[in-house]
Amino acid sequence: MDYVKAFVTGGAICVIGQILIDKTKLTSARILVLFVVVGCILGALGIYEKVYNFGGAGASVPLSGFGYLLSKGVYEETEKNGILGIFTGGLKACSGGVSVAVLFSMLAALIFEPKDKK
Amino acid sequence: MLKKKGRSTAVFDNVNVISSASFGGKKESEGPLGKYIDFTTEDAMYGEKSWEKAEIKFFREASKLAITKADISQSDVDYAFAGDLLNQCGASAYGMRDLDIPFFGIYGACSTFGESLSLGAMAIDGKFAENVLCTAGSHFCAAEKQFRFPLELGTQRPPSATWTVTGAGSCILSSNGNGPRITEVTTGKVVDMGVKDAANMGAAMAPAAAEAIYSHFLDTGRKTNYYDCVATGDLGEVGRELLKHLLAEKGLYFENNLTDCGIEMFDKESQDTHCGGSGCACSAVAFCAYFYKMLCEGKIKKMLLIPTGALMNTTASQQGESIPSIAHAIAFEARC
Amino acid sequence: MKTTEQEKEEYLKKVDKITPNSPIIKNCIWAFCSGGLICTAGEGLFKIFESLGFSEDNRALLVNIILIGTSAILTGLGLYSKLGKRCGAGTIIPITGFANSMVSPSIEFKKEGFVLGLGAKMFSVAGPVIVYGLLTSIIVGAIHYFLMG
Repeated sequence: MDYVKAFVTGGAICVIGQILIDKTKLTSARILVLFVVVGCILGALGIYEKVYNFGGAGASVPLSGFGYLLSKGVYEETEKNGILGIFTGGLKACSGGVSVAVLFSMLAALIFEPKDKK
Repeated sequence: MLKKKGRSTAVFDNVNVISSASFGGKKESEGPLGKYIDFTTEDAMYGEKSWEKAEIKFFREASKLAITKADISQSDVDYAFAGDLLNQCGASAYGMRDLDIPFFGIYGACSTFGESLSLGAMAIDGKFAENVLCTAGSHFCAAEKQFRFPLELGTQRPPSATWTVTGAGSCILSSNGNGPRITEVTTGKVVDMGVKDAANMGAAMAPAAAEAIYSHFLDTGRKTNYYDCVATGDLGEVGRELLKHLLAEKGLYFENNLTDCGIEMFDKESQDTHCGGSGCACSAVAFCAYFYKMLCEGKIKKMLLIPTGALMNTTASQQGESIPSIAHAIAFEARC
Repeated sequence: MKTTEQEKEEYLKKVDKITPNSPIIKNCIWAFCSGGLICTAGEGLFKIFESLGFSEDNRALLVNIILIGTSAILTGLGLYSKLGKRCGAGTIIPITGFANSMVSPSIEFKKEGFVLGLGAKMFSVAGPVIVYGLLTSIIVGAIHYFLMG
């Protein structure tokens, strides 16, 4: 059942993105920015947590889940460290993912050559 | 006496296209015009280390082959008028390093080939030159990288998108010798009808093409069926539909003689190119590979080539500007 | 050539009429299925790491590492863009799409050098995402601290 929930939640979030791409001509960069910002705001309002509790990876794998992670991190840090947590919470929460992405990007660039598109 | 008719059409007594050379990539070789292209390569890097270097090589080799085919040497070529799609006309400037020819680098985006033929013909008919080299080239991968996104970024191309042609086309114009004549050129004006969608270049360029075609027929007083073939540069399917509407509004109707180099270049269904080909190389390769041969063989007697260009600047686009466009009409006449 | 605003407006209407629309229903179905599948895979990985006894935060990170790694390999092999052509947002919105947006310019721009080529262009899409994500987190963090703390 968890798998079905993850499938439906993740699929639905992607459909929202697809409609935005086709109807508004927004570039993928803008779509990704939008999803992170909205995810962060919904996370701060406590709404995204409900989506996450329902959909699991269906809510955490899309980039809106990245935004949710940022809001969760900054909340936890402010509660633990006070005012300075405002500045450390977000980056701490996403540090693992960003570091891994940087590492893999570098490795991929070292291994692979640019390819022609057929 | 001014060699000009009407507002913007220059008339020539003696300009001959004495040779042509065309180079293309893999996709071009598989298209309907593939068998007419002089040289094609499977390798998008053409043995070089980057797509940009490949674009330079396409440019240089096409220019050299056109000179060889004209049976002249580099020192016989008085001027080169050439351009491409790389920033600061990179491919032509770097390609010309190895050629011993006085050079004018020009930029007209995808209309560059029309611009080079126009200026070349003027130089010859003005008796400033005996032989002139006209070359234009582009590269799909280099153009995507420069103007759009990395190739491996997983984006969708909308149905109105076109596919930049990889390759280069080159001609030698001369006051001596045989070959199809350039009889007139009508120089286009910059037209901007407010289209901002960079994935719909045909729509941005169609008004410029309509303007150039209308001016040409107005200046020369000819009828639309005077030409066997009227070929725009790279409007694609969407652009051609819009062009037909715009021309009909001005009272110009074409039957089967209106075509588009971009539509001819690729097979839309099997090659997944959406609206058709585009880029500097589109009209250059289509003309040098196919139309030039048809003119030489007399299968096409009179032809109007209208390379079209979207002159947008990436910075201005990001600042919200729409896409200004241009088109030049070049009239050819077969010898026989 | 001078054109009036009215001429432009009329022309743009014509452009809208003639330009074919993206097949939005088909695209949405592809996006739903592919996006759903990636998330289901994430869920599966999540459960595996759960059974191995990792904490919730570490599980999430491990899932991300595997998804990002897979995306990097597919991007390098030139397969991710092929998926993206069909799946659209289904492969853009998941974390694999974020990874693709970092890996693809890295490979392409290494020709312009490791610092200003690879190093700078790696963040051409991901940079703005991190910038606006962090700014939003700072704002919601401040609101949380001052108003509700």
